[in-house]
Amino acid sequence: MQDSKKKRKKLIGNFQNDLYDQCLQFYGQPPLENISLTEFETFAVERLKLLKTVENVGVSCGKSSEQYTKKLDAEISSLNFPHRGGISEYEKRRKDHISHFILRLAYCQTEDLRRWFIQQEMDLFRYRFNCLHSKHKTDFLHKNNLKYETVSAEEKKNLKDKLIASSYGLSGTKVEEHDVYKVPFQDALDLVRTRKVYLLAGNAYIPHHEIVTIVLNDFRTRLSKALAMTARSLPAVQSDERLQPLLSHLSHAYVGQDYSIQKNIGKISLEQIDALSGKSFPLCMRHLHKALRENHHLRHGGRMQYGLFLKGIGLTLEQALQFWRSEFVKGKVDADKFDKAYAYSVRHMFGKEGKRTDYTPYSCMKVILSNPPSQGDYHGCPFRHSDPELLKQKLQNYKVSPSGINQILELVKGMHYQLACQKYFELTHNVEDAGFSLNHPNQYFTESQKLLNGGRDIKKEVDMSQRSQENPASVTHPSQANSKQAHEEMGDLDSFFQDE
Amino acid sequence: MSTSDYDPACLPDLLPIYYRRLFPFSQYYRWLRYGGVSKNYFQNREFSFTLKYDIYVRYQSFTTQNELEKEMPKMVPYKIDIGAVYSHRPSQHNVVKSGTFQALEKELVFDIDMTDYDDVRRCCSAADICSKCWTLMTIAIRILDRALREDFGFHHLLWVYSGRRGVHCWVCDDAARKLSVAARAAVAEYLSLVKGGEETVRKVVLSDPIHPFINHSLSVVERYFQQYAIVDQDILGSKESVDKVLALLPEDILSFPVDEKDPMKQWDRLCDLVERKKVKAKKGGQYFDKEIMLQYCYPRLDVNVSKGVNHLLKSPFSVPMISLICEELERPRADEAEEDDMKDQENEQEAGERRRIRDYKRTSLAKYVKVFDRFLEAMARSRKGEMLKKSDLQKDF
Repeated sequence: MQDSKKKRKKLIGNFQNDLYDQCLQFYGQPPLENISLTEFETFAVERLKLLKTVENVGVSCGKSSEQYTKKLDAEISSLNFPHRGGISEYEKRRKDHISHFILRLAYCQTEDLRRWFIQQEMDLFRYRFNCLHSKHKTDFLHKNNLKYETVSAEEKKNLKDKLIASSYGLSGTKVEEHDVYKVPFQDALDLVRTRKVYLLAGNAYIPHHEIVTIVLNDFRTRLSKALAMTARSLPAVQSDERLQPLLSHLSHAYVGQDYSIQKNIGKISLEQIDALSGKSFPLCMRHLHKALRENHHLRHGGRMQYGLFLKGIGLTLEQALQFWRSEFVKGKVDADKFDKAYAYSVRHMFGKEGKRTDYTPYSCMKVILSNPPSQGDYHGCPFRHSDPELLKQKLQNYKVSPSGINQILELVKGMHYQLACQKYFELTHNVEDAGFSLNHPNQYFTESQKLLNGGRDIKKEVDMSQRSQENPASVTHPSQANSKQAHEEMGDLDSFFQDE
Repeated sequence: MSTSDYDPACLPDLLPIYYRRLFPFSQYYRWLRYGGVSKNYFQNREFSFTLKYDIYVRYQSFTTQNELEKEMPKMVPYKIDIGAVYSHRPSQHNVVKSGTFQALEKELVFDIDMTDYDDVRRCCSAADICSKCWTLMTIAIRILDRALREDFGFHHLLWVYSGRRGVHCWVCDDAARKLSVAARAAVAEYLSLVKGGEETVRKVVLSDPIHPFINHSLSVVERYFQQYAIVDQDILGSKESVDKVLALLPEDILSFPVDEKDPMKQWDRLCDLVERKKVKAKKGGQYFDKEIMLQYCYPRLDVNVSKGVNHLLKSPFSVPMISLICEELERPRADEAEEDDMKDQENEQEAGERRRIRDYKRTSLAKYVKVFDRFLEAMARSRKGEMLKKSDLQKDF
């Protein structure tokens, strides 16, 4: 891949105009001009902001919802990226082009980075493609030489009913008038996964208005190959001292705190876990802990999610083994079987087996989006994966106020799962504002511990006791709140949790 | 398939015999070699063994059928798992440059486990199965087999009883073996209709338009539902179980009398009640009765088993199918044995083969190996067809 932009010659105006005559592009050709270091940095940072917004909005709203469109619209405008194809978009399109290629440099290096980059770029592309008028979509296909196999009129007639039953928003007329494309099912996985397409003999039959899926698949394949190539020429780029610090900063920026390095190793004792689960665990972990205590067992998904969380709060390997063994032994598993069958996986979590990867505790995004629970599972995000009725009952059991429960259920309805959990935090800790933006269960724990262990000034404590007097349905009783404050000041973790 | 004869204590004595005389090595090798079209396909395949005292070893691999035949009776695995075909010989994975040892291909597999149905069956739980709940496996096999063949275009499917509490499906087509993780997950999710864990009551939600796949599946379920769920499982037979059914209905049908003796009539009454409510309700396309049928009968598969290219799954012909074989071995046929022993002196290997063939043919293993043979034949024919096609294209006569 062509490396540093600095070393290219400037081009004639006309050519540039042609280059940016379309709102959307496939990023097939790298930019061929000189830009300043400032522009290099600004463009990169702004695109990163955009991609992070794409990610966040994607999790908190459904990707085809109105809210998603609105939010993304707003963000794209405010960051000055090409939008819905206005006339004077030249500068924005140029920025779009260049910033994409800069981020390729930053995100080509590891499998994780590539996966993240490809996912966000795909979501952005899908969004922008769907904003195009039908005619512009066809133009795009022509301009990029994308030709897909179409289904004959006769086959369309034979399959008409099946096609209509498989694709949302497809009518008989649409089937007759517009093309239907036939691709191997491997090229339309998004539609297959959600069963939104008709499958026959290994082929997916895709109506014209869903063409974006096939285009996206193409996009993904090309970008994936390009990133692999970029990675190979990376050493040349990294040797440029001006670029290296920026690129490195960019690729770490998205990861954020991943709790892979535990700061409090060994500071938690096993006896504290029951109490901590009620006070400082997010709902998902409290749920898993309870299920473990009740059933003396957890399936693989639950063991991973909860086990890694415990590692993140500071349990050592020895403690973890003791914890899991003592609980499993109360159930159907004897100590021997535990050592043979389950101990391996606990050690694996701590990076002591196999590839020796030190697995990181799951972020909220991961818990919400991957590995949904099935029958017999207790993992996942309760705000995402539980029936609202059952969630409500559970919150009632945990003595959350009715108004609080309603607020939570509203957020859940709007698919704001992390905000719902944050609200749960606020209600159970009796604060108006959590003071942080929740995106990791271990973050919940850390913030909770911070809150409960002091580090709060007198004013806030006064507010707290006032609020608890005004609101009879609050979580802590006024008398308890006072003694708690006293304990907080002493910073004594053990006695604080004795009333649980 | 009764497991009452199975006594794990016999294993240490019987297993060596099983491997020496009954395990169908040549068919096994033929299967996993896939015609030798890809170089080193068999050699780069990972096996994992569970040995005596629950010792588990991974990254086993073999270079020839001969080696397999020699090693297995020596190691005497209590359980055999099959993993992926890797980029290098699994037994040498430690000496390969880190990062380059990769899982490349594997059959697409599905695992239907009875314990996943515990919330909807009353006759058994956990690892128990009886003839009543075995119907669930029949339904699962019919639905998945059709979908994998007709929708996804796969041809070479091997359905295997997993030995304890369910069935496995091995999809062996070329295209299936080459599928990516994302593709496997997509196939598994396409085939999933029952979603949700302990915290979800209504696990099947249908809305318009109903995809042809769901209609096909429903027609299978409908064939079995009345006998299986209403009669055998008697899901409308007690207040407790009726409540479970009612919990699946979005309407508030608070009580439903349990006085009707005939469970079939109970079901009809319930459907009537729901029909009447449906007419009053605003939105069309409510499918409560179908949702109930699916929740009680539709196959539940573990997506994680199907997703991973490197996921290890119990191998066909791995014990404890051995319970079927025990009985027959006790009664060898004296005359035949003598005759063959004479010929044995000539050629040890041929003799071994013959002994093996003779032995398993006298056991119930025979019919399974026959099925396996037919499966292998079909794959071989298909491969031949592919090669002819290719050589025609290259004008290579």
